Amino acid sequence: MRIKNHPILEFKKQSTINFTFDGKSVEGVSGDTIASALHNLGIRKLSHSIKDKRARGFYCAIGNCASCNMIVDGVPNVRTCVVLLEEGMAVETQENKGVLYERT
Amino acid sequence: MRELDLVIIGGGPAGLSAAKIAAESGLNSLIIERDYKVGGQLVKQTHMFFGSEKQYAKTRGIDIAKILVNDVLAYPDKVEIMTETTVVGLYKDNVLTLLQKEKYIKIKAKAIIIATGASEKFLAFENNDLPGIYGAGAVQTLMNVHGVLPSEEVVMVGSGNIGLIVSYQLIQAGVKVKAVLEAAPTIGGYKVHASKLKRLGVDILTSTSVKRAEGKDTLEKIIIAKLDKNWDYIPGTEEEIIVDALCISVGLSPLTSLLSMVEADMKFVNYLGGLVPVINHQHETSIKNIFVAGDVCGVEEASSAIVEGYFSGLIVAERLGYKHPNHEELYQDFEAQLENLRSGPFGEKTRLGLKELRGENNAE
Amino acid sequence: MLNKNGVPSLEEIKSRFPSEEFLNKPKAITECYENIPCNPCSTSCPFDAIYIGEDINTPPVVDFEKCTGCGVCVYNCPGLAIFTVQKKEDCLVFKIPYELVPYPEKGEIVNAINRNGDIIGECEIEKVSITNRQDRTALLQVKVAQELLYEFITVRRKL
Repeated sequence: MRIKNHPILEFKKQSTINFTFDGKSVEGVSGDTIASALHNLGIRKLSHSIKDKRARGFYCAIGNCASCNMIVDGVPNVRTCVVLLEEGMAVETQENKGVLYERT
Repeated sequence: MRELDLVIIGGGPAGLSAAKIAAESGLNSLIIERDYKVGGQLVKQTHMFFGSEKQYAKTRGIDIAKILVNDVLAYPDKVEIMTETTVVGLYKDNVLTLLQKEKYIKIKAKAIIIATGASEKFLAFENNDLPGIYGAGAVQTLMNVHGVLPSEEVVMVGSGNIGLIVSYQLIQAGVKVKAVLEAAPTIGGYKVHASKLKRLGVDILTSTSVKRAEGKDTLEKIIIAKLDKNWDYIPGTEEEIIVDALCISVGLSPLTSLLSMVEADMKFVNYLGGLVPVINHQHETSIKNIFVAGDVCGVEEASSAIVEGYFSGLIVAERLGYKHPNHEELYQDFEAQLENLRSGPFGEKTRLGLKELRGENNAE
Repeated sequence: MLNKNGVPSLEEIKSRFPSEEFLNKPKAITECYENIPCNPCSTSCPFDAIYIGEDINTPPVVDFEKCTGCGVCVYNCPGLAIFTVQKKEDCLVFKIPYELVPYPEKGEIVNAINRNGDIIGECEIEKVSITNRQDRTALLQVKVAQELLYEFITVRRKL
């Protein structure tokens, strides 16, 4: 859900950015972080706790708490709250601590 | 390995202000910021600031961020900025390891100002890890920077200034604030903020906290309860609130991990937000040439962080042989501004905290 | 109680008002009850009518002889804690800060709200101003019933 009308801020219409979330094609806008784009789509569960697999979501928004870590273009543990969304990104829920990946 | 004069860790109000004064003095600096932009937490503060004109009172935080950023951009030859870069290692010989995307970079600095700020504290209650439970500041970023609403309805935990201000800003963004909960018997923040909320119909429930959250994979409802004098839940006072977003605003703790890495002397001072570095009057830590400014050395308002940034920039410039032309005058002015900001009843915690940190007598 | 729920007592409210004969002309009412580090009301006043002094933690004192009720302090107060009020023959005219959108329109009948957030009657919007100088805090000029002098604080649009 995006803000339409605001007394202090002006949110100009931004260009669309296409990306995938767990393989599904979805959209965000220019200026979004990965986490804000997902949040706008109503996707709140971004990660899991390592041991009990409890759902984890957006918490600190400053790249500090690791609650929003996801796999982005194959790279695990990306702090999605401080990384800007880019066209064609493949964003995936991370099920484990993160494994070594091939550089592309 | 690149060798620099001054490295500033953190591009928020303290870091930017330090770089400005250093540049004015003729000293080059590098600001390292882990976010994709500088400005720190000012970039989401849509409200007008308190303080006096010297700290940009009555200017909105979003505009103070622009002023501070432009102040350093005015010195393109003197201030370098690296964003999306995290300092992952700091060593006693002033060597820093930076992680930029997938690349490690090693640099060395003659002096370092750590201005990493603070992070939001968490609160212990059942199911506090459910998605939909956020730091209040995080929600402020989501809505005021990215224009995305957390949900249609919110309950705020904590009536300090952040809790009160973010509640007001949620209403401005079109969200219904169902209640503000405060564990203490009285409101924590400025009463002008509380009055602003109350007249919009928001109830502030004192001696009340959240006891439990419920939901499957995302927050669906919370159970609140009254607290007694010892902050224990009073049985039988539980109430259920259906809400899918809960904001936690129960204070900040300084981000001091880099200081622990160099084994700087630290002290736990509750009044300052937790573990803070032991510093002298020049804001220097126990490690020579490592300085601190802003919330990392004690949680306060952004106005104080700006002045502490100026102050540390001035000191470091002199240390490295670039004494500011108005050094004495500015030194006195910055000290006086800090004293003035901390002199009222809301500055008491900081005053007591600084005394405790310096090992002085706590009796005021 | 102010420190329990954000609502000042009638006694506290009255302590910020001048005696009623002053109100034949518009006057600024500074509802600032605490020692907080802040002084823009004082530094922005074009008539030097609001005094705070060296210690910025001191609450403002209005010199009602000098105050013209111009409203500059109303939109310069970071706490939105100042309004102006004038007594007319048949009504009161308030100028209040307002930061919610959409703004009400001139001539619109809106709910009058007290400090507890309750509806206490109706009132009429006489003017809505939002100039660059106001930095996104609108000023609403509102016509309010005489008996609401110490009760009225803001408006709420009817849905």
